[in-house]
Amino acid sequence: MNMMSEAAVEKALDRQMNDISYKMIGKDVSVYYGEKRALYDVNLNVRENTVTALIGPSGCGKSTFLRTLNRMNDTIDGCRVTGRITLDSDDIYDPNIDVVELRARVGMVFQKPNPFPKSIYENVAYGPRIHGLAKAKADMDAIVEQSLQKAGLWNEVKDRLHEGGTGLSGGQQQRLCIARAVAVSPEVILMDEPCSALDPIATAKVEELIHELRANFTIVIVTHSMQQAARVSQRTAMFHLGNLVEENDTDKMFTNPDDQRTQDYIMGRFG
Amino acid sequence: MSQVSTSPALGIATKPERRDIGLRRRYAAERRFRLYGMAAIAFGLLFLFLLLFSVVSKGYTAFQQTMITIPIEFSEQIIDKNNERATNPQKLVTANYPVVARNALAKVLGVSEDDRAGLKAVNGMISDSVRVQLRNLVTADPSIIGTTQTVTVLAHGDLDSAFKGQIDLTVPETNRKVSDKQVGWMNQLAESGALSKHFNTGLFTNGASSRPEAAGVGVALIGSLYMMLIVLVLSLPIGVAASIYLEEFAPKNRFTDLIEVNINNLAAVPSIVYGLLGLAVFINFAGFPRSAALVGGLVLTLMTLPTIIIATRAALKAVPPSIRAAALGLGASRMQTVFHHVLPLAMPGILTGTIIGLAHALGETAPLLLIGMVAFVADVPATPMDPATALPVQIYMWANEAERAFVERTSGAIIVLLIFLILMNVGAILLRRRFERRW
Ligand SMILES: Nc1ncnc2c1ncn2[C@@H]1O[C@H](COP(=O)(O)OP(=O)(O)OP(=O)(O)O)[C@@H](O)[C@H]1O
Ligand SMILES: [Mg+2]
Repeated sequence: MNMMSEAAVEKALDRQMNDISYKMIGKDVSVYYGEKRALYDVNLNVRENTVTALIGPSGCGKSTFLRTLNRMNDTIDGCRVTGRITLDSDDIYDPNIDVVELRARVGMVFQKPNPFPKSIYENVAYGPRIHGLAKAKADMDAIVEQSLQKAGLWNEVKDRLHEGGTGLSGGQQQRLCIARAVAVSPEVILMDEPCSALDPIATAKVEELIHELRANFTIVIVTHSMQQAARVSQRTAMFHLGNLVEENDTDKMFTNPDDQRTQDYIMGRFG
Repeated sequence: MSQVSTSPALGIATKPERRDIGLRRRYAAERRFRLYGMAAIAFGLLFLFLLLFSVVSKGYTAFQQTMITIPIEFSEQIIDKNNERATNPQKLVTANYPVVARNALAKVLGVSEDDRAGLKAVNGMISDSVRVQLRNLVTADPSIIGTTQTVTVLAHGDLDSAFKGQIDLTVPETNRKVSDKQVGWMNQLAESGALSKHFNTGLFTNGASSRPEAAGVGVALIGSLYMMLIVLVLSLPIGVAASIYLEEFAPKNRFTDLIEVNINNLAAVPSIVYGLLGLAVFINFAGFPRSAALVGGLVLTLMTLPTIIIATRAALKAVPPSIRAAALGLGASRMQTVFHHVLPLAMPGILTGTIIGLAHALGETAPLLLIGMVAFVADVPATPMDPATALPVQIYMWANEAERAFVERTSGAIIVLLIFLILMNVGAILLRRRFERRW
């Protein structure tokens, strides 16, 4: 019975994908680090409630593109972005857009787990606190619990919420970082190789989590694992040398890609 | 099947020829390096020990002072012969108190009132500071005039040295400062218990005095305390704010590079130059009083700022960028990122740098000489605007004095300074521990 309903949800999501709504639209996005150009006129759209995987050989600009989506590139000296990126039709590089608000809507999980050197509770509560999302202590407790539940970490840490977040294992830390990002209730979550430091079991947990988060969030994930891209994503975009080579349904991408370079990369012929 | 049977019998693989990978040479180099290191440390410890030994062995006696406890008759005959004190309050201030004390001691020693040479010798055993001491007693309570009170007075500095065994009594009597007669009386008084060594509280409460037995580091301690407070209150916020701005907010361009180079240069500028600057700016231009702890504190603040800025920037740089990225990625503003995450992590480094800067300022002498803090200040300064000296300056001034009693005080003051430095460094370590334990 349960299996059936899950399949039904899957179908519903797929149907939803057919009448496409784009959460973020990138048009002619180019990025320069000083004189060096890292992205060449990338046109890539991110669909709502969809997991979009970014793949490609090392140094091709996946992280760079990901960072343009919540303007984390602003913090890099000498980094310049041209083109147009919208979030629900707002140009996020518009001078009127507040970058703090943007990042509250577009959250990020980094490649290396980077919990704050504070308690588990404080890690999760920090975002909601600075954005004033919880009025009372009870609200905050609820947000923390829900976020940790969503990140699949609640059962492991519920008895030690006030111990240091850095005392967790690598996989737990990464899920804590996901809980921290989820706690702000963003609309989009960006993940830069979230599993690269994790063992297969922790990886499986994070992937399961991404799968569940998809119902409420739009997710963009960078990964070096073809299997992971195939497992978690519905859409896949392939980058090469700063260019977007191909963007397609994940199924099609891994069975019958349009571009020869994608084919070669997926078969492990370069990269 | 047959292939399996023809495979060679299992056994231990033949050991290849050992390669010479220079192990012996490498280990020898390592041993040599360790030896050099240990030699360097032993050398350093030796000098530290010599320094401490010479200072402590010369200075520990300064913490004790010889005093004489005798019944003193506050004779109306001497203090206020014509009973004018009701009409002329000045009378009690100008009265000849040393004679009162001398007569009292002469009585104890059985020296006749007519033996002028004897009285002179008796007088030489009591510190001149007795004048102030008795005057204060009398003005506080004029009713003691005409009574006899038991009072503990300071022995003269030379007698103090003699009692501590610092004067060579084999030298001919005419070549030393205490006569045989005085030494005899000293032993007599010591036997009767009237003369003995007490803990020298005056060393910590008295100001400058030309009489070594009455001189203390009180004024210098207060002056140094005022200056440390001024340095702390000014240089910590200014230095930390400047570092945070430069490190976290300022764009990296030519101009900020120039500022950085200048700060590094300022840290290396000889401290006497800061003294000249303080003289020109704070005294000649701003018109602050000379010799005041305020000006000293301002000069030392200028001198300490580069140290604090450099230490703070290093501490901020050492905070992993991933912490900043995490906070920014959650939508924290730059200010929130710095104050919620970066600054707490950098705190141990900042505090260590600050305390090292303060300790440096505490021991600084040269700039204070230029702004007039090398002064004879007898009264404890009530505010930082009053004339004061500083501990190292007091040491410098006492080091120029010849009397044996000043020599021991010089070392005593050095011990006090060292104790303060040690306390500050212990404080730095404790603060560091405390802040580090949180992560
Ligand atoms: N902070 C930076 N300063 C200068 N150049 C940078 C910076 N970050 C990235 N680059 C350059 O931009 C290009 C794209 O880098 P990016 O990090 O986006 O690659 P990536 O696809 O994420 O690679 P990987 O899979 O190894 O993480 C690279 O050539 C890289 O050298
Ligand atoms: Mg990357």
